[in-house]
Amino acid sequence: MVSKLTEEQIKTWLDEVKDPEIPVLSLNDLGVITDITIEDSGKVRVDMTPTFAGCPAMNVMKSDVENVLEREGIEDFEVVLSFATQWNSNMISEKGRAALKKFGLAPPPKHNLIVDIELIEHAKCPQCGSENTEMKTPFGPALCRSLHYCHNCHQAFEQFKPL
Amino acid sequence: MNTEALKDLLYKIADDQLILGHRNSEWTGFGPLLEEDIAFSSMAQDKVGQSWQLYQMLTELGESDPDTVAFMRNADQFHNCQFVELPNGEYDFSLIRHFLFDTAELIRFTMLADSSYEPLAQLAKKIKGEIKYHKMHADIWIKQLGAATEESIERLQKSLDMAFPYALGIFEPSRMESEIISEGFFSGEEKLKTEWLSKISEILDQTSLTLPDASLQTPVYGGRYGTHTEHLQPLLDEMSEVFKMDPTADW
Repeated sequence: MVSKLTEEQIKTWLDEVKDPEIPVLSLNDLGVITDITIEDSGKVRVDMTPTFAGCPAMNVMKSDVENVLEREGIEDFEVVLSFATQWNSNMISEKGRAALKKFGLAPPPKHNLIVDIELIEHAKCPQCGSENTEMKTPFGPALCRSLHYCHNCHQAFEQFKPL
Repeated sequence: MNTEALKDLLYKIADDQLILGHRNSEWTGFGPLLEEDIAFSSMAQDKVGQSWQLYQMLTELGESDPDTVAFMRNADQFHNCQFVELPNGEYDFSLIRHFLFDTAELIRFTMLADSSYEPLAQLAKKIKGEIKYHKMHADIWIKQLGAATEESIERLQKSLDMAFPYALGIFEPSRMESEIISEGFFSGEEKLKTEWLSKISEILDQTSLTLPDASLQTPVYGGRYGTHTEHLQPLLDEMSEVFKMDPTADW
């Protein structure tokens, strides 16, 4: 007897799908999986929301999710990308924040949805933990990253931008 | 719902994003500092991505797919304001345009976050967070260079005087302006312009730059109705060159 498929089970499968640009961060921890539903017919629907409107990795993430569902034997599924829930960086989980830091990226500071220059400028160095840092530019190698310099350990570092 | 009015609104915003996005991308590899090279390239990626989302919304309203809409139209079918199609010129002009345009953009998408058309309101909430970084970047440089050396101030002032009538063209009322407002899609160009003037003054007041008197200027209109400068068609030809080699290719 096969046990009944649950939303929780699907979510666990999706843990292996990582952000293609930050391979230590799962989509669950990034917060872009906004809903998982199993309809009465057995059809599985996964809702996702882009981090940035122009993020080139979104379609890769979507097909990665589709591949996992297919591999797990789900025959009837749909992965929907929409802005119905707007992603913000507070949606990155604690586990995700720890993974970012380990990867060498400063996690985005939690905010009250008011993102201003003060918030972005004061990044904590992911290497030495110092707050004696300076923002070099709010634009980095990917849309979601800004560039900073640490005056304590004299290293440049990147921050996952608060949004 | 007045779909024609909604399309009119979406087209002009999407076209502005695409064309300025393309101009920004022309700084890739040519920025005066590596950081600026990256900044303009990132803003290009944001804007082109945002235009894609807006074209996608138009597709859902019955228009062609985003690639066809972006790459297969001629200049007279574009609804962007003339301001965004002007060549980049020197860095001072690009910076002034970036400041004047993105200040308007941030206000526009903040207003659109209250649109009666729910998909547009949702997308606008997303985009305004992104544009905030563009405005932040512009403000930093305008404040810095607008109060630095005699040369930097003079260059920026000259560009500001030249750009200003074009910037006023951003707010050219649409063919369906009153329907756009009465349907609640957007609260209108006039309201946007008023708020824009106050926001740009807020920054310019912290510099040695002087804002030209808007009431003495003749805005450069026409873009919203398909009238463009000689600079748009060559931009479109270059932008669509690869696509047009084989429009059916699967990337």
